Amino acid sequence: MNGIHDMGGMHGFGPVEREDDEPVFHRNWEGRVFAMRVVTPVPIPGGARNNIETMNPLHYLRSSYYEKWLHARVKGLIDSGVLTAEELQAREALYRDQPGTPVPRRDDPERVQAVLANLRTHRSPRRNVDAKPQFGLGDPVRVRNLHPPGHTRLPRYVRGKHGEVVRFYGFQDVQDAQPPGVVVEPQAVYAVRFAASELWGGAAEANSTVCIDMWESYLKPLEERSE
Amino acid sequence: MSGTHPHDAHAGSDADMALRTQALESLLIEKGLITTDVIDAVVRAYEQDIGPLNGAKVVARAWVDAAYRQRLLADGTAAVAELGFSGAQGADIVVLENTANVHNVVVCTLCSCYPWPVLGLPPAWYKSYAYRSRLVREPRTVLREFGLDLPESIEVRVWDSNSDIRYMVLPERPAGTEHLREDELVLLVTRDAMIGTAVVSANRV
Repeated sequence: MNGIHDMGGMHGFGPVEREDDEPVFHRNWEGRVFAMRVVTPVPIPGGARNNIETMNPLHYLRSSYYEKWLHARVKGLIDSGVLTAEELQAREALYRDQPGTPVPRRDDPERVQAVLANLRTHRSPRRNVDAKPQFGLGDPVRVRNLHPPGHTRLPRYVRGKHGEVVRFYGFQDVQDAQPPGVVVEPQAVYAVRFAASELWGGAAEANSTVCIDMWESYLKPLEERSE
Repeated sequence: MSGTHPHDAHAGSDADMALRTQALESLLIEKGLITTDVIDAVVRAYEQDIGPLNGAKVVARAWVDAAYRQRLLADGTAAVAELGFSGAQGADIVVLENTANVHNVVVCTLCSCYPWPVLGLPPAWYKSYAYRSRLVREPRTVLREFGLDLPESIEVRVWDSNSDIRYMVLPERPAGTEHLREDELVLLVTRDAMIGTAVVSANRV
């Protein structure tokens, strides 16, 4: 979707502000939100990122980073039927009206070990499929002019631009949202390099390039002009 | 905001967020979906263990061991796993080598993708709208704000981390460090140098 999250190339956000000796979490609740998102074993309908990307743009811009995570987690848990908005509101009211009410505590040391082991396990996104990539290293390609309404990994600033395939990352699952019932096969993923002047015209900085990963369906051969 | 409606289009205060987090945690514990010690352990893991020191060890090893460097550039995931680093947001790590001619720098314009096993969780500036919007369009200007003024003879190559590949930069070993041991080199390598917004200095203070 052409959402507010797709920020590459935008003007207006000012200088990059940095903080010396920054803590990993600035507030206690941020760490709790992070950990709850990482470990809660509930699939989020539409995906957690989708829940952030579909936030009202004003809400998105005004929200802190972990506020977005909390929003996405709460929405996902409500959508998947784990809890209701009313339940959450009632519990918030309890903690607001009776400050000091403890959060119930439950421990399970075996689960701690399993969760930590799982966090350190990696599941490669590459899939073994019996297919050949359409493009080779060095091939000139053009990005298709796609505007899908759902989650996509194709940012606006490269659509319609031409670049060069510089790396091949095997076949990977497609992360873009699909219509209900539609299953797409894994696709070849490439890193494609774009000259800054192709992306930004006369405003481009000298001797600079942008590389971005492209699923094969985002690309077409350079010489093929029509969609 | 009222603090009561999760879909309200206003941002909440810090107190609202703390309250909602408390409410959510208590409900998930009651429903048996999480336990307190698991949440504590995950917070602690990313506060204390899984951070840029991991990546610094990878970089220092690559500087002193040419065969390791080759393996790291050929298969980053496997090479960092040799040193014990793997896991969430690091299932497919690609290491980008800085040279005398190319300086790599990483961003995620769509969200905040970052190689957790080697760098930990990203700093706030990496997740900021300013960094996400500007780096792809004016990388030299952004790098100058970070104190890194690169000559035009060096290509600035920005990597937008939009897929499940997670990028880490292998900075150049600074001159004047030939006499240092691997464990001493580790101390020179900064998080920002592995994102690409800095280079490694022989005199880290």
